[in-house]
Amino acid sequence: MSNASLVSIRDVSFKHASLPADSPDILRDLSLSLVRGEFMCILGPSGCGKTTVLNLIAGFESPTAGSIHMDGRPIDGPGVERGVVFQGDDSLYHWLTAQANVEFGLRVSGMKKTERAAKARQYLALVGLRGQEHKYPAELSGGMKQRVNVARVLACESKVLLMDEPFGQLDAQTRIVLQDELATIWQKTQRTVFFVTHDIAEAITLADRIVVLKRGPRSNVKEIVNCDLDRPRDRSNPRFGELYSRISSLIADEVLGVQTDRVTS
Amino acid sequence: MSPETSGIMQTPFGSLKKKRASKRRSTLASTIMLLASLSAGVLIWHLVSTYMFSSILFPGPLQVGTEAIAEIQSGSIFVDIGASMFRILAGFLIGSVIGIVLGLLVGFFPIVRSLFNPYLQFFRFIPPIAWVSPAMIWFGVGEESKIFIIIYGTVFTVSLSTALGVAGVHTNKIRAAQMFGATEWQIFRWVIVPAAVTPILQGMRIAMGIAFMTVIAAEMLAANAGIGYSILNARLWMATDKIFVGIFTLGILGYLTDKILEVAIHRFGRRFDSNAKR
Repeated sequence: MSNASLVSIRDVSFKHASLPADSPDILRDLSLSLVRGEFMCILGPSGCGKTTVLNLIAGFESPTAGSIHMDGRPIDGPGVERGVVFQGDDSLYHWLTAQANVEFGLRVSGMKKTERAAKARQYLALVGLRGQEHKYPAELSGGMKQRVNVARVLACESKVLLMDEPFGQLDAQTRIVLQDELATIWQKTQRTVFFVTHDIAEAITLADRIVVLKRGPRSNVKEIVNCDLDRPRDRSNPRFGELYSRISSLIADEVLGVQTDRVTS
Repeated sequence: MSPETSGIMQTPFGSLKKKRASKRRSTLASTIMLLASLSAGVLIWHLVSTYMFSSILFPGPLQVGTEAIAEIQSGSIFVDIGASMFRILAGFLIGSVIGIVLGLLVGFFPIVRSLFNPYLQFFRFIPPIAWVSPAMIWFGVGEESKIFIIIYGTVFTVSLSTALGVAGVHTNKIRAAQMFGATEWQIFRWVIVPAAVTPILQGMRIAMGIAFMTVIAAEMLAANAGIGYSILNARLWMATDKIFVGIFTLGILGYLTDKILEVAIHRFGRRFDSNAKR
């Protein structure tokens, strides 16, 4: 565990409290540390608990065993220093304009009206929504709505951005545009990002490190792949292809392979 | 700038003209169809009442029209409309306020929900009209008994749809607010209430329909004014034309009230409706 780690997950197991006691854990003894300033993507077969890891860091769920710390303090419930960019647009307030949606978090924090208006405008401009401030979510395209989702978290100066398949519901072209823009924004704003995805190319485009999870239940870290390509990332770079085939074979092992490597202690 | 005007500005001028013309044409067509439908109805009514039934049992449009004009000129129809509408509006407004508050509390606080739920589940099967007898004993024949019954009907309809609306607020909307550090009270005011506006308005519209049916039935059982009373009273004199005037008045009033609510919902509630077209 290095000193630079911002979020550290230690031996975490998790099971929904509502499930019967003999049902298997979703996560078992998972340890992971998120380094300050890095872009980490998490991949794995579907149902392996990627979103569960995100919800645990966000504080929406609590581990059944083990601990999660941020800056040395245990995580106890949701907090704005861990800003969540949700999947889809259900989390946006459809009765508020883009501007008011971004102001929402600032208003909660008690910021003055003029100050928060200026800040919201600034971050909407950062995500490319200058001139769209007065529009309601229903008037925005899927990609624009996700930009609002990103802007409202950035505006609150969250230290970690927790992104749960934020581009999963977008069409392929919009997704690629937003990936590149997110990479630029991340470099500009120096935040730490934890990004859940099931798209390997997306992970390679964005991440410094890619965590591959084992198949669930009782999921755990299978491997962490360093993704040391130059930025901005070029999808036609041969190294991109190498990483792609390496990661997809890691995941294929988990999806197809027999459970030979599943040692129960 | 409103979305409509921005849409128009993006449209090339020529096609905008065409669009307007085609809109006018479709309004004209639907007006013609409406007139055709109404005049056919009145014609059939006239033929049936003239050739098939005795006009004393089934008055024709001319008879009913004459009676309606007489009642309008004497002003007696407005007394009945006023009495019924006053009861409906008073009961509807008081009942809506109580229903919204109750529904928000039941939907938001699990403790309140478990306290009230058995009663909501029990009383919702008792129609408002079943309370006419006790209401008469408690409040007499006057306005209070009728208003009480309408409040009762409105409270259950509005509170149930409000509570369902609160329960239906997407988890991610609440989680996002928690993530920003919002207090329970802020979540209630800034997320739950606005998200529940649409189901509240829908419940109110249904409650208005129920209030109409309730007030007429209640006036038939016990009242000394109102549309229901006048329909029942006319029966004693075999004044079928007067009965028909009462029934038509109900239809027209109900339609107009619902239209007004619909327009109001569209004007003030559209912003809160996630499915509304902008």
